[in-house]
Amino acid sequence: MILKRPFFWITMAVTAAFMLLPWRGNNVEMRETLILIAVAIILASNLNLMIGYTGYVNFGNIVFFGLGGYAGLYLVTGRGWPLIGAALAAGVAVSIFALLLGLAILRLRGAYFALATIGVLEAVRAFVSNFEPWGRSAGMYVTFDVYQPLGGPMKALWTTYFLVTGVMGLSLLLSLGIKTSKFGLGLFAIRENEDAAVVLGVNTALYKAIVYSASAFLPAVAGALIFFKNGMIEPEQAFDLTLSIEAIVMIMLGGQGTVAGSAVGAGLYEQLRGYLLTQPTLSNFHLVIAGALLLIIVLFAPLGLIGWTHRWRPMRRMLE
Amino acid sequence: MSAILQGRDVSKRFGGLLAVSELSFEVGQGEILGLIGPNGAGKTTLFNVINGVYKPNTGEITLAGRNITGSPPNKLAHLGLARTHQIPQPLNEMTVLDNVIAGACFGREYLRLLPAEKVALETLQYVGLAERSHVLAKHLTLPGKKRLEVARALAAKPKLLLLDEVLAGLNPTEVGQMVELIRDIRKQGVSIIIIEHLMHAIMTVSDRVMVLNFGMKIAEGRPDEVVRDPAVVEAYLGSADIADQLREGQ
Repeated sequence: MILKRPFFWITMAVTAAFMLLPWRGNNVEMRETLILIAVAIILASNLNLMIGYTGYVNFGNIVFFGLGGYAGLYLVTGRGWPLIGAALAAGVAVSIFALLLGLAILRLRGAYFALATIGVLEAVRAFVSNFEPWGRSAGMYVTFDVYQPLGGPMKALWTTYFLVTGVMGLSLLLSLGIKTSKFGLGLFAIRENEDAAVVLGVNTALYKAIVYSASAFLPAVAGALIFFKNGMIEPEQAFDLTLSIEAIVMIMLGGQGTVAGSAVGAGLYEQLRGYLLTQPTLSNFHLVIAGALLLIIVLFAPLGLIGWTHRWRPMRRMLE
Repeated sequence: MSAILQGRDVSKRFGGLLAVSELSFEVGQGEILGLIGPNGAGKTTLFNVINGVYKPNTGEITLAGRNITGSPPNKLAHLGLARTHQIPQPLNEMTVLDNVIAGACFGREYLRLLPAEKVALETLQYVGLAERSHVLAKHLTLPGKKRLEVARALAAKPKLLLLDEVLAGLNPTEVGQMVELIRDIRKQGVSIIIIEHLMHAIMTVSDRVMVLNFGMKIAEGRPDEVVRDPAVVEAYLGSADIADQLREGQ
């Protein structure tokens, strides 16, 4: 049972801490820092389902986040939906999109699949940039009155923050749940040797499409929430390849294939990025660091931080 | 003896090469069929056609009376077909135990994780890998990996087991152990097709032998009949002396 896993309770405690710490004393600055970390954890842990569990490198994972943002914002502003309904609907719609897309492009393996995911990202960006109902390249804006049902902008920001941390908790639980299931075992078999997995009886085509679709759901929900909170969305920001690649760095930093790894990696990387971004000397210097970091990890510690701690068995039991 | 597996006029073509040519075959319930032939004769291709890795260009295959022509491997695994690979294909970064659990989980019985673990532990005991169950599969030696292939296939509780050169690369003691294991598996009611180059082993373990050359059947029958067949001597054994030695070794 998942309830017996220490990591389940660690996740609950961390999520609760994320919710309560800034709330006590109305610490808006801390809230803004933590929401970035929460988004990083959501992106990294869902991407880990593809990269770490199934062995398929997805460079275009951010497309789910962006599409979720667009769908969510469109439903809220254009259709007058309530936020939660719009976010869930965006998640479902993007998951279905991912399922259909997955059945097609997951026939590709290795580098070809990775290239296809970049193609998907660029194609979606180009499409949205020319899509009239979503405001073409100018994007969409939220008018102030959409915050009214949530009790005004101030309260709405807190509500979205709580929802995002909730999605973060769910992302970690989804990772843990899949890892400890028969479905997860099938994914690992695909990662290790896809041809052998089919012969063992794993329906690899279906498994891959399902995990691709599952890895799209929570990022899409998060996208809807975050762009609602930001009050605007535009293609360049929503479909940013850089963010996609940074999510990969987070996973590698923490340890691919582990539940805790993607969370720890996301947290650390986001902190580092926040620090470097605020340094006046160099703009975008964090990307240089990210590139160097990725090289160092791949060369010297391919299992990442958590993989390194797995040398001690009790530690491993705690974190999985 | 009713047939567990039947093939009729099965052909598989790769471009201009006819790897398996209008081959008909049959494996009885609880029978061990030996499959021999020179390198490139189409033995492994035939395995790949039987277990759905390749679709045959012509012909029809039935498993326990059910038409399985063109069914994908994962579906055939549920129907009771399991195989080992000529070059072992372990799930490297997973433990030996998890490898075998995967076999039990997705095989004929399609077990849930917990019962699958029980079956896996029993199977590892049975093939003699129990004390290595928590080792990563990539750290096993070649004989260990061959045993793992067999364990993974057995954990699926198959009706028909395809063994592709499980004896190659083993020393004489290990060959003896593996032959014992194969006989024991058959005693449990599993039918087996075995590809092997070690003639002594295949002669002692098979009930019947089928000889392929250039994708065609050149002989079929009891082991001692087959080694005497002139076509087999010419195509595979090379000289009549070897045939005599093999017969005396019986």
